[in-house]
Amino acid sequence: MSYRLRVNPITCQAHGMCHELLPERIDLDEWGYPMFDSRPLEPDLVEHARRAAQACPTFALLVEREKKLSRA
Amino acid sequence: MMLPLASGSVTWYLTRSTGAVALLLLSASVVLGVADVRRLSSERWPRFVIDALHRNVALLSVCFLVAHIITAVLDSFTSISLLDAVVPFIGSYRPFWLGLGAVAFDMLIAVTITSLLRQRIGYTGWRAVHWLSYGSWPIALVHGLGTGSDTKGTWMLTLDLLCLLAVLAALASRLPPVFSEHPERGRLTLGGTGAFLVFLAVWVPSGPLASNWAKRAGTPTANLHHEPSHATR
Amino acid sequence: MNPATTLETEQPHLADGGGGDSLPRLLASSALDRALTLDEHLAIHGELAPARRRGRETGLIGEIDRAGLRGRGGAGFPTARKLRAVAASRRKPVIVVNATEGEPASQKDATLATTVPHLVLDGAALAARALGADQVLVAVCESAPASIDALAGAIAERGGDRHGPRLELRAIPAGYLTGQESALISHLEGGPGLPRFTPPMPFERGVGGRPTLISNAETYAHIALICRHGADWFRRLGTPAEPGSALVTVGGVLADPGVYEIEWGTPLRALVRAAGGLTAPPRAALLGGYGGSWIGTEHLGELVLSDEALAAHGASLGAGVLFLLDGAACPVAETARVVRWMAEQSAGQCGPCRHGLPALAGEFEWLTRGAGAPDAVRRIAELAAVVRGRGACGHPDGVSGFALSALETFPEEFHDHAAHGGCEGCAAPGRLPLASAR
Repeated sequence: MSYRLRVNPITCQAHGMCHELLPERIDLDEWGYPMFDSRPLEPDLVEHARRAAQACPTFALLVEREKKLSRA
Repeated sequence: MMLPLASGSVTWYLTRSTGAVALLLLSASVVLGVADVRRLSSERWPRFVIDALHRNVALLSVCFLVAHIITAVLDSFTSISLLDAVVPFIGSYRPFWLGLGAVAFDMLIAVTITSLLRQRIGYTGWRAVHWLSYGSWPIALVHGLGTGSDTKGTWMLTLDLLCLLAVLAALASRLPPVFSEHPERGRLTLGGTGAFLVFLAVWVPSGPLASNWAKRAGTPTANLHHEPSHATR
Repeated sequence: MNPATTLETEQPHLADGGGGDSLPRLLASSALDRALTLDEHLAIHGELAPARRRGRETGLIGEIDRAGLRGRGGAGFPTARKLRAVAASRRKPVIVVNATEGEPASQKDATLATTVPHLVLDGAALAARALGADQVLVAVCESAPASIDALAGAIAERGGDRHGPRLELRAIPAGYLTGQESALISHLEGGPGLPRFTPPMPFERGVGGRPTLISNAETYAHIALICRHGADWFRRLGTPAEPGSALVTVGGVLADPGVYEIEWGTPLRALVRAAGGLTAPPRAALLGGYGGSWIGTEHLGELVLSDEALAAHGASLGAGVLFLLDGAACPVAETARVVRWMAEQSAGQCGPCRHGLPALAGEFEWLTRGAGAPDAVRRIAELAAVVRGRGACGHPDGVSGFALSALETFPEEFHDHAAHGGCEGCAAPGRLPLASAR
């Protein structure tokens, strides 16, 4: 079971709490918007990622479970 | 020294104290809420701390509010019912001023429930209801001044004043960005705040601080001569 | 030498029904200055086989799959896969014909609409039949009155088909992002017409929450021909990996710029010849539109027009756009103008796009004026990297790729401008067409 970060860039308003709570994976660009790559989350970071997603005032940050289905 | 049991019940004192603490916590919540939306932060106060603190202080103030209501209902001195806590102006004890408390409480119930169910309601819906929290504060303050047995006391007045100043400071921080995007709303808020302050300046000295307020406020006759007044030590 | 800033519709070939092995196919027998009537269309192409039974007819999807048709809106997504994705849902779907053509340098959809509208509508009706849809929405831009009239006329001609789907023409406000799938769906629902966060994808939840097939007008035209002549016929042109024909809008230093139909794998030289030849030596070609890439003149002689061949140059035909820039034009200034226009076309919903694109445009503009901008090239590369992949739609990615390909294709020009500022060409009128901003 692996998890990935995703952000809804439309609802994101650059509050920046995600970066404070998950600095290992989330950086902020020069305008305060989150930047991260699409690598799966390390298992010990998943709880922190969830906390960061819950802290987001606009629910822009998402922690998504990897689908195990093979692509068509 | 006056024993509490001699001039009133434990629940009556608890209702007053929890009410005062609830006002203090609500004021703190408003200040933190404004700091949150204005994105104020520092090295030692990161954004997530301000945000979490705002949420927790708000929840705590609701807990004190619930205690305030329960103790008022349980108290045998007055005939305040549970219904009076949510349906305003139907009670027999200082109906108008108590009713204001019910109005504020109703608003805070809406804010609390929508906040707890934020994920399901979605951001825009939650935000729309959250504006009620600004409205609930002045109503809660006037409720306290009007119903409070402690209003005349120095410490209570000082607390009221400090809370008022804190919320005004928060408002001063909140308004400038509102003016740049919605000048109408900004003007309305400024006007409303000014009117509220004028109201306080006129009413407080001539109302709760003046003589015979208990009767004028609608305290039932049966309670009048037993009303635990603020006795000086 | 007159720089071409407007594109004229092509002078089509007059031939018979396009069922043979050669071009033209889509543009076969299209009249010079008006749309083919329904009778003329049926005389050339024949009637569609009537619906064999009620309900969905998925045989069409298999035929499209064998034909290997890819979408012609720019992304090149395999059409059969899209059809299957919509078919997978049990809810009744909606068919949307995207004829909005937001790309300023593209005229192919306008050409189809104004000359062979019935081919497009046939394809849409066939797709509706295959997917069990009873509603087809044909989306055109308000700024294309000729297309609106031609399509409205064609829809009216078809009016009485009791067994066919309901055809509705919808005029949409103009804009580069109008044709973006989720933005178009929002327009069709009466919403703000801004791109949406996906998932859910349009084929899952689109117009009115229903699964929606949204494809380019040209794609539907190809479907109409494949249904009549078969997948094998379709594959007789093109390459095994990229079968069939496609429309390309060519502009710039050509004698006869306009819309041409090519088979995939055509050498650029052949297309240039068909378009009347060069009027001046080109400095570079822009492929795929304003979210596409530049290719320098040194590669143009041997260039083959297939996405496979173009991929080696980091390019693709996209929605069939090819523009040849003349040597007297300033590629830095051209890129700057387009980037600024693309920044203004942003929906403004996502921070990186809303902030990054104007910043990019600003850096390009520094290069075209004043006394030099030593840091601009580094900043352009930095900004282009930062905006990539961070919007709800592909707009910032397109601009990013376009900007970076300019840096790669014109290194000396950029170096000169960074050192010395604007050149003579910077003040000249722009070559690349820009529709007026929203």
